[in-house]
Amino acid sequence: MTDVTNTPATEYEAELGDYFALMKPRVMQLVVFTALVGMLAAPASVHPVIGFASILFIAIGAGASGALNMWWDADIDAVMRRTAKRPIPAGKVEPREALYLGVALSGLSVMMLALAANLLAAAMLAFTIFFYIVIYSMWLKRLTPQNIVIGGAAGAFPPVIGWIVATGTFSVEAWLMFALIFMWTPPHFWALALFMRSDYDDAEVPMLTVTHGRPLTRRHILAYTVLLAVLAIGTGFTAVGGYIYLTVAVVLNALFLVGAYRIWNRDEVQAEADSYLVERKFFRLSLYYLFLHFGAILIEASLRGWGLA
Amino acid sequence: MGAGMSIRAEHELHGRRKGRNIGVGLMLAGFVVLVMALTFVKITQIDFSQAPVNTGAPQQGASD
Repeated sequence: MTDVTNTPATEYEAELGDYFALMKPRVMQLVVFTALVGMLAAPASVHPVIGFASILFIAIGAGASGALNMWWDADIDAVMRRTAKRPIPAGKVEPREALYLGVALSGLSVMMLALAANLLAAAMLAFTIFFYIVIYSMWLKRLTPQNIVIGGAAGAFPPVIGWIVATGTFSVEAWLMFALIFMWTPPHFWALALFMRSDYDDAEVPMLTVTHGRPLTRRHILAYTVLLAVLAIGTGFTAVGGYIYLTVAVVLNALFLVGAYRIWNRDEVQAEADSYLVERKFFRLSLYYLFLHFGAILIEASLRGWGLA
Repeated sequence: MGAGMSIRAEHELHGRRKGRNIGVGLMLAGFVVLVMALTFVKITQIDFSQAPVNTGAPQQGASD
C-alpha cells in the first residue's frame, strides 16, 4: 500500500539531503582534509584508488559518528539556537533513523577501511568513533567543563589514521599533527562559547563559560594559545616541517596570540559594547589557522615528494 | 479534462521519493564500482617477485 492517501499530509518525508546533514558535512570537510594531509605527509606512497577509498571511508566513519552524536544530543540541540535547525530537532529525521544510519555506517566504514588499507587504520577509526560517541558525547560532555579539551581528541585522530593508511604504523610526526588539532580545539570552541552567550547555559551543558565564568574562560584561551603556539612552531623543526611551514606557523601564531591576548585583556562589558567583535574575529581566524597549518604541511610533503626540499 | 485525471496526477511526495531512490541507487552503484576498483588494484599489486621470472623490465627477445 503505497498510496499517498495513507500518508498523513503533515508528515514530513526526509530527503537525501536531510540524512546528509545528519553526518555534519562541515566537520567531514575538516576530517577529509586533515586525514588527506596525514596520508600524503607520510613517507610512503599510497595507490590513488586505495588512498581515495581510505579517505572516503574515514569521512563516512566521521559522518556516522556525527549522526550518532545528533541522535544522542537531540535534546540539547533543540534548546540551542546554533543547533535547533539540525534534522532531528527540526523534525525532518526520526531519532531512531539517525541511530540506525550511524551504527550501519560506522560498521561499514570500519570494515571497508580494514579491507582497503589495513587493520590498524580500521582499529583507529573504530576507536575514534567510540571515543567521540561514548567517551565524549555520552559520558563527559554533560559532566565536566573540560568536555571540549577531551572532545578535541576525537577530532584530532583523522591525520593519525591517514598516516597509518600510508605506513601501517604510528609515528611521532602523526602524533604532532594530532597534538596540533588537540591543542587548537579548546581556544576555538571557547571563543565560540563566549559569543554564543546563552546557548550553552540554556542547554545546561557545563561549558567552561557556564561553570567557571567568562573571565576564567578568557584566561584559558590565552593559556592554550600560548601552548599551541609553542607546539605549532616547534613542529616546524621536525620531519613534517620546513621553511614554508615555519613561515606560515610564525605568522599565524603571532596573529593568534595577539587575538588571544586581546580576548584576555577585556571584560564582558567591553565585549558586549562591540558585540563580541574580538571573539568573533578570533574564532574566524582559528578556522584559517588550522587549514593553513595543514596546508603548509601538505606543501612541504609535496616539495619533498618532488625532491625540492 | 475529466475528473479521473487527478487520480493519476503525481503527488509532490512521489517526486521527492523518486529523487531519494535515485540518490540511493547512484550511491550503491558508486560503491560497487569502488569495490571493483579496489579489488582490481589489490590483485594487481600482489608481489610475484618470488617467482623465478623478473617481471620488472621487459625481456630483450632474440628477435631484436
